[in-house]
Amino acid sequence: MNRPSPLLDIRHVTKAFGPVVACDDISFEVHRGEIMGLLGQNGAGKSTLMKVVAGVESSDLGEILVDGKPLPLGDPAASARAGIGMVHQHFSLVGRLTVWQNVILGEKERFDPQRAIRLVREVGERFGLVVDPMARVEDLSAGLRQRVEIIKCLRGDPKVIILDEPTSVLTGPESTKLFEVLRNLVSEHGYAAVLISHRLSEILHATDRVTVLRSGAVVGSMNTVDTDAPSLANMMLGRNVSLERDGAALGLGAEDEVFEGNEVRVDTQIPGRTLSLDSIVVKGEHGNHLLDELSLEVRAGEIVGLAGVEGNGQGVLVEVLSRLTSANGGRVEVVDSDGTRRAVALSDLGIIPADRHDSGCVLDMSVAENLVMNDIHEVARGQLLKRGDIEARAVKLIAEFGIAAASHHAPMWTLSGGNQQKVVVARELSRRPAFIIAEQPTRGLDVGAMEYMWHRLREAAAQGAGVLLVSTELDEILALSTRIAVIFRGRILGEMSRDDVELERLGLMMGGQAA
Amino acid sequence: MTAASQESSPPTRRKPTEVLVSGATGDGALFAGLVLLAIIAALGVATVVLSLTNSPPGAAFRSMYDGSLGSVRSIVTTLNHTAPILLVAIGASIAGRASLVNIGQEGQFVMGATMGVVAGLWFPGPRPLVIVAVLLAAAVGGGAWSGIAAVLRQVSKVNEVITTLLLNFVAFALVSFLVNRPYLLQETLPPGTNDAPSPQTDPIRLAARLPVLVSGSGFRLHSGIVIAVILAILGGLVISRTVFGFRLRLFGHNPRAATRSGVNRHLYGSGALVLSGAFAGLAGGVLLSGVAFRVNPGLSNNYGWEGLLVALVAGFSPIVAIFVATLFGALRAGGGVLAATGVNSSIVGVVQALVVLAVMLPSLYMRRRRRLRQALLIVQTNSHSSDA
Repeated sequence: MNRPSPLLDIRHVTKAFGPVVACDDISFEVHRGEIMGLLGQNGAGKSTLMKVVAGVESSDLGEILVDGKPLPLGDPAASARAGIGMVHQHFSLVGRLTVWQNVILGEKERFDPQRAIRLVREVGERFGLVVDPMARVEDLSAGLRQRVEIIKCLRGDPKVIILDEPTSVLTGPESTKLFEVLRNLVSEHGYAAVLISHRLSEILHATDRVTVLRSGAVVGSMNTVDTDAPSLANMMLGRNVSLERDGAALGLGAEDEVFEGNEVRVDTQIPGRTLSLDSIVVKGEHGNHLLDELSLEVRAGEIVGLAGVEGNGQGVLVEVLSRLTSANGGRVEVVDSDGTRRAVALSDLGIIPADRHDSGCVLDMSVAENLVMNDIHEVARGQLLKRGDIEARAVKLIAEFGIAAASHHAPMWTLSGGNQQKVVVARELSRRPAFIIAEQPTRGLDVGAMEYMWHRLREAAAQGAGVLLVSTELDEILALSTRIAVIFRGRILGEMSRDDVELERLGLMMGGQAA
Repeated sequence: MTAASQESSPPTRRKPTEVLVSGATGDGALFAGLVLLAIIAALGVATVVLSLTNSPPGAAFRSMYDGSLGSVRSIVTTLNHTAPILLVAIGASIAGRASLVNIGQEGQFVMGATMGVVAGLWFPGPRPLVIVAVLLAAAVGGGAWSGIAAVLRQVSKVNEVITTLLLNFVAFALVSFLVNRPYLLQETLPPGTNDAPSPQTDPIRLAARLPVLVSGSGFRLHSGIVIAVILAILGGLVISRTVFGFRLRLFGHNPRAATRSGVNRHLYGSGALVLSGAFAGLAGGVLLSGVAFRVNPGLSNNYGWEGLLVALVAGFSPIVAIFVATLFGALRAGGGVLAATGVNSSIVGVVQALVVLAVMLPSLYMRRRRRLRQALLIVQTNSHSSDA
């Protein structure tokens, strides 16, 4: 580690958004010719840190040196000039344009098509990033699109290349190919690279050193060869330390007495209906499997936590259950207590979607209308709406669920996010569905609203509903679930009872390592 | 909503929101003032335009007024123009509520009228039955024409803006074909006439014509306006007070949330398009059986476009559209007289457009203002609740 002058030197970078400290005194170095892995859960501060490096965000404290020279912070152009190149998680390509047009997009000088095409070919051959410069981007697979992004990035002549979750849209072989290219770039051409990821396997396979972030702070920095998946999982989740001390508060722990507190929930596995998902397949645009023969059961009275890193098929699963996407294969059925199976009906499910504005509520309609939209026939005589009934129901639910609204006539968009979420919850839970699908139910909510949400879900399960909790927040999964299933690349990688949870194993599974 | 939010807040504690809401009582006066101002401005601009084209403005305004509201005869002309415009507007409101853009009313209008002619020429039976048959056939014709766009939207996901617009041209060509072929719908002149037949259909039988409510020298008010107003009120009630209307609005505002709450998006998407076409077709049927009695390719004469514009100005509310359509009907009647006094027809169009803008801009401003006030309410209630 005694190499001279690091190419990228991050010193005490601190960045807070209001009371939330996203980056807490972060320092590390990246040297010429090495790949640094930056590992952490969702919200650990990885992306914020890299945005500071790229000049998209400014930092509150600390400094960054590139090749020994201090970088003016908060200026993307300065970062680019200094040699920082970033490949973002979400591509910024124009589908209708060709590859070479995308590569020179945004450049101010007059362009020469022939030169640009030659350039794409040259870069492709030199770095193993072969892609047809004349192809239209919209016709390319995700892997090839990413190559275009990388070529674009290299065109700016960077010294350090930052890749933010580069494999989230790639297939296995595409990922392998990407890492070959990356290795070639650093070892043959003297670049340095930062690979942001929450997948343990790629960190272990593709990096030279790894820095682990948790809650905005560096918890460890080491040579990749000196560590292994279990210890990285532990560092990333940071659980083994606090297990005994904080176990009760977090709703977990090894001691029996902790679990006695939870026994109410475990015992409520009452005989009743079961929601059965059987071999569900959903294919993506490029023939890849968004859901790959996913099978899962949710029984009455239990809360099944579907854990997993974002983008592994959770969203698609909820879309299928919401009937917004039709599956290419498989069955969703309700199994009654006597064993008879039937197709799931809309009224069997209460769904709290992750993005309430997308399919959870109608912003331009009133609070009252949003509260009755699922059971409109219950507040109508034939076709005729009974306005009195609609208002009575709205007033009752607003009081029962503590929704703060100027009036039940107020349009939905005048409510705060937390109260909009309460409207969704009130509507979905008040009709007592047999099963509740809650996707990221506390995202964007403050602590009070979060506790309220948890309380409502526990209560629903205690009253006999089967709850499927889809969340990327491990805390939430651990706090609520009676059973935990891990989803990875569209498959259920494994299930465990809440009592049998070993965090290390859970972390490994979330990182894609069946254990 | 303003009145209700006042009710819901306790009178003892005056929130900042109440102050904002109570300001709403001045809205009526403000709106009236704005309309007055806009009309004065419009008349000013119109005066300039008319003077520049050597038409005396005073005489021009006078003949606009005389032609639209100045006498029983002109009021009847206004109402006869209003009926088809309003019917088109009801349909456009239904499509608009479902966030579908049907701009093919002109084509649906003539296709409806053509189907109406077929019924009006040959459908047997007593008079009431024949009239109903003509109107129904017209609605079916218009609905089937927009139905083509609905099918294309479902099957090949072609945007209805494109298909409804292009189907206009097909409709005109088709009607033109039909009325230029003696073996199809072209008129048959009585034997012994030497004139060549015109590109139009025979007039429909007397039994197929709408009852006349009032008539006098040079005017006859047919019952189309009654049909249109009744359907507008019904349409307004259906949109606001029925399960169908509720789901239509749900679908229009957020199709994904609507689907999740059990709305069949294919049914509602196609249904709204077909219904809006049916109203445009019915408008054609009413014009046919009330005034025109026969069909030629120019029959629609912008009734379709004006109906669409009325629906947009009325914010897709059929009940508000009753008043807006009357304004458009009056402008048509007045414009007709103005053009007859020798004023260039494009200048007539400019004057009509100025009046429309004068009425439209204040109401758009009020709508925007209401939204802004609600946005302020959010800030106030949210900061309020976080204090608590």
